[in-house]
Amino acid sequence: MKEKIIKKEQLGRWLEKLGKEYEIWAPVKKNGLVFFHPIKSAKEIYFNFLNSKKTPKDLFFPQSEVLFSFPKEEVEKEAETILPKSRIIFAIRPCDAKSLALLDQVFDSEDYRDPYYVERREGTLLVGMACTHPQTSCFCTSMRGGPFEKNCLDLLMVELGDDKYLVEAVTQTGKDLIGKDDPFEDAQGKDRERLAKVKKETEEKVKSKVVMEGLEEKLDKIFDSPFWDRIHQRCLGCAICTYLCSTCHCFALLDEKVNSGVQRVRSWDSCMFPGFTLEASGHNPRISNRERMRQRVMHKFNYFVKNFGETACVGCGRCIQNCPVNIDIREIIEEIKNE
Amino acid sequence: MPENEKQLREVAEKLLIDKKVDLIIGYEKGTLPLRTRPTFIREPEETKRLVWNSRCENNLSFYLKTVKEKVGIVAKGCDSRSIVGLIKESQVKREDIFIIGVPCPGIIDKKKIEDILDGRELLEGVESDSQILLKAEGFEETLDQDKLLHASCRSCRHRNPVLYDTLMGKEISQPQTDEYSDVEEFASKQDNERWAYFNDETSRCIRCYACRNVCPACYCPQCFVDQSLPTWFDRTPHLSDTLIFHIIRTLHTAGRCVNCGACSRVCPMNVELRMLNKKTEKDVKELYGYEAGTDLEELPPMATFKIDDPQEFIK
Repeated sequence: MKEKIIKKEQLGRWLEKLGKEYEIWAPVKKNGLVFFHPIKSAKEIYFNFLNSKKTPKDLFFPQSEVLFSFPKEEVEKEAETILPKSRIIFAIRPCDAKSLALLDQVFDSEDYRDPYYVERREGTLLVGMACTHPQTSCFCTSMRGGPFEKNCLDLLMVELGDDKYLVEAVTQTGKDLIGKDDPFEDAQGKDRERLAKVKKETEEKVKSKVVMEGLEEKLDKIFDSPFWDRIHQRCLGCAICTYLCSTCHCFALLDEKVNSGVQRVRSWDSCMFPGFTLEASGHNPRISNRERMRQRVMHKFNYFVKNFGETACVGCGRCIQNCPVNIDIREIIEEIKNE
Repeated sequence: MPENEKQLREVAEKLLIDKKVDLIIGYEKGTLPLRTRPTFIREPEETKRLVWNSRCENNLSFYLKTVKEKVGIVAKGCDSRSIVGLIKESQVKREDIFIIGVPCPGIIDKKKIEDILDGRELLEGVESDSQILLKAEGFEETLDQDKLLHASCRSCRHRNPVLYDTLMGKEISQPQTDEYSDVEEFASKQDNERWAYFNDETSRCIRCYACRNVCPACYCPQCFVDQSLPTWFDRTPHLSDTLIFHIIRTLHTAGRCVNCGACSRVCPMNVELRMLNKKTEKDVKELYGYEAGTDLEELPPMATFKIDDPQEFIK
């Protein structure tokens, strides 16, 4: 498909038009944190971001949601309309978009189709913003991704210098977003040359490399290794790494009492919490942080690979940046291989 | 290398060689610029990994409850106060730990650095004397460390460890701080304003429980938020429940919290808990004349009764 060019000063006009049909979510900055939030005007967007603090996964798989409620014996109603208006997530990073391809395998497969997730997913368009400032903790290129990866995107935008973006349609729906009367021009040869240059330069900036080859097989062999005794020691057992992870998707189903009755609620859960595997008998098969951290690593780099053929990690580096005790998944992977 | 870092390595090495301890818990260089992290050392030759600088932000006393060996632990002023608390509350035995005290001029708040960098990534940081050089893409600036101090350190009155077996370097001077000025200013605001502040802060909470898990004083085998029979606390992050969690945690650590600031520092969502914790500390001091973690003998105010305890609340 043909690439287009939009001047930065025209962005507001375009988004304003899209805003009539869609609810637009974009990165905003508040309290020193960047996160995705509905916007009314392009002026609210914080463009100067490396990546958002929380991933946009909660727009599809919220931290907590009511699945249905029941006042007495009978189930009264399924959840109301899940998504009242179609959405655009504007300026999502390619790593976060790719994580949705992984979540799709869990929530939208032949075996199981989660209506809550699927409705949100189908009602949301993804306008990606190529990541031209990858961080030193980013390792997307080792995880079958990259700063210009198009997986799951409808449009990919690339900042070309100070005044314009190149916009590439990835899907037909994406193409429809950049209609005839919008402020777009066809990209010229020099724009494409510039794009190739920026892309090459950016990919070179992703310095962290993690070699995944042989990792899954190695993990098969070290389940009982003393390695795990050492690796978990500094872990606090909090849920920062799992809750800020763009691919972690474990949840708990609980009934909560409200004035009108009872709600069946699905909430994020974390394998790092003791209660995650606490059984009704009181027995807990994952008795300490040792087993819990092993589970996190095994799920991402072994079980998920066995189930879906890919690692449950996109290399966004959030767990590295945000861990209060600087547990670094890149080091863990390295150490597993040397084990 | 700073003098007391060298000394720290020597002392730790000797403790392991002499088998006075089985394990040293200290800090090592982290994998990100200006980061350090907790480290666990059992072999004498590994003590060269130990570092001591203004980024040793974790309160290591948290780990005492996780180990069963005889431990040598690196402790700043606040950490030593947490250790005093743990000994008093029979969580650790004094004879099982060897405290390597380090006088601490204050820890750098990495969130302040993030604010200064305004979206850029910190690529390199160099600490020298009282200054720190920050490098990012198209950015280079040298700042006074004083300006980057964490709020808890700015108001700290115990820069020197209160309890130790050996001290690295000499005790440092204790500046007179206006310890409660920000808390008093906040307390003087209208209650709706304060309520709005607490609502705003806790609305960002994602309930990762890092604040609780990092806290040396939070060692309940099962936290009330995790109980399911009965359920006190919904999984749905209703703001009211989230507020209750933070308030109950504050009350539960009243007279025990040493204001090390670890809970605020670990929060990924920048939820500031200082106004709750510091105010409670102030109240305990004013009501009971008690300061947590400064004395091994004095009975904790919440675990004792004195005939002259204030009881104005009884109408």
